[in-house]
Amino acid sequence: MASEKSLVSISQYGKDKILSILDRAAQFEQNPNQKILDGKVVATLFFEPSTRTRLSFETAANRLGARVIGFSDASTSSTTKGETLKDTITIVANYADVIVMRHFIEGAARYASEISKVPIINAGDGANQHPTQTLLDLYSIRKTQGKLDNLKVAMVGDLKYGRTVHSLINALSHFNPTFKFISPKVLELPNAYKLFCDEKGIKYEETSELNEDAIADADILYMTRVQKERFTDLFEYEKVKNIYVLTNKLLEGTKDNLRILHPLPRVGEIADEVDQNPKAYYFQQAQNGLYARQAVICDLLGV
Amino acid sequence: MEKDASKEMKVAKLCNGTVIDHIPSDKLFKVISLLGLENFNNQVTFGYNLDSKKISKKAIIKISDRFLQPEEVNKVAIIAPKAKIVMIRDYEVAEKIQLELPDEICGDVKCLNPKCITNNEPMKTRFVAINKAKGLFMCHYCERAVSTEEMLLKE
Ligand SMILES: [Zn+2]
Repeated sequence: MASEKSLVSISQYGKDKILSILDRAAQFEQNPNQKILDGKVVATLFFEPSTRTRLSFETAANRLGARVIGFSDASTSSTTKGETLKDTITIVANYADVIVMRHFIEGAARYASEISKVPIINAGDGANQHPTQTLLDLYSIRKTQGKLDNLKVAMVGDLKYGRTVHSLINALSHFNPTFKFISPKVLELPNAYKLFCDEKGIKYEETSELNEDAIADADILYMTRVQKERFTDLFEYEKVKNIYVLTNKLLEGTKDNLRILHPLPRVGEIADEVDQNPKAYYFQQAQNGLYARQAVICDLLGV
Repeated sequence: MEKDASKEMKVAKLCNGTVIDHIPSDKLFKVISLLGLENFNNQVTFGYNLDSKKISKKAIIKISDRFLQPEEVNKVAIIAPKAKIVMIRDYEVAEKIQLELPDEICGDVKCLNPKCITNNEPMKTRFVAINKAKGLFMCHYCERAVSTEEMLLKE
């Protein structure tokens, strides 16, 4: 029987649920070492390698006192022998209390959640969803701005394929944001998300120029990288890969409370000099993932 | 009237059962397979490439002694939204059914995303309506949107 509780997509969570997870994450930031999951087993199944995300989840589990089992690469697992996802999940669900999974196949986590008798946490399914990334983004926004409501958020880069952008738009829709979408024409936000904003009465502007004007009134500057693997036409990729580079000069006229976020890894869209700028927040943002993941694991285990 | 009646007679007249009319001819075999009529034991007759005032060439299906359920006939709306469906009792039209897209389509349609789990595991597909007026559905798994025009039936 499938577990009722899983985190597959951020759209499952309404405003209250998001806020309660963020409050819990704030408690873990105060005190990350709490042995409240003593005796629990957390499985991390990474069918697609992602060292950064896996270490964040495994650290979260370890700091809560849970044991971790799993694999970091599908080539070492039985999937390479042709085992179905259904069989792998069914077996692991007999061992673990919660399963964290990342897969290159889209919808894999949704399907796993229908099979597994223990909760599934989606740690990324191809270009589809990565909900704990969104929660750590929200956590970082609230921590740096003191609130989530009525913020001006500029999103820069690959808005077409960038799943973190799509999920963040969805999650922020509960908090009356104003968006500025900055992307080259070929990577502009898909219509479905513009329609979503229209339906929710969310104000937004689009531009293809990253300049001082475009970010002058922003509270949050959410940078993304252009992902080569999303392009079928590499000529198109070469044309846009270095289109935006954030520098200290560009940041001169921005508001004092502006903070720069990036889901990382970056390739060249933020100049190294910006790392020293007090408005840079992307490294702390990554660390916040630990607390957000601790909160999600505990929530799904009912602890 | 008489002329119409003689045209109808090209396909055997039905005593009791379901008539699906005004199917575009090129969609006939899709409708047959969608409704699973190949595996029906009742008498099924169909006409193909009939003249029509409404569409260029139409097809018609008559199923004897079987009254299709709304969930069954609504599947027809996916591929032939302009089809007309009537229930016949004692040679008379007993009920006209207004076709409506279903809220969910399970198992019949293929996801167009090759990276979707439904194309990589032995499992059923599932699509959820997001905008029926525009004929838009979303794959329950990979969450990609697909319009009814783009939909491909499972082999
Ligand atoms: Zn799909």
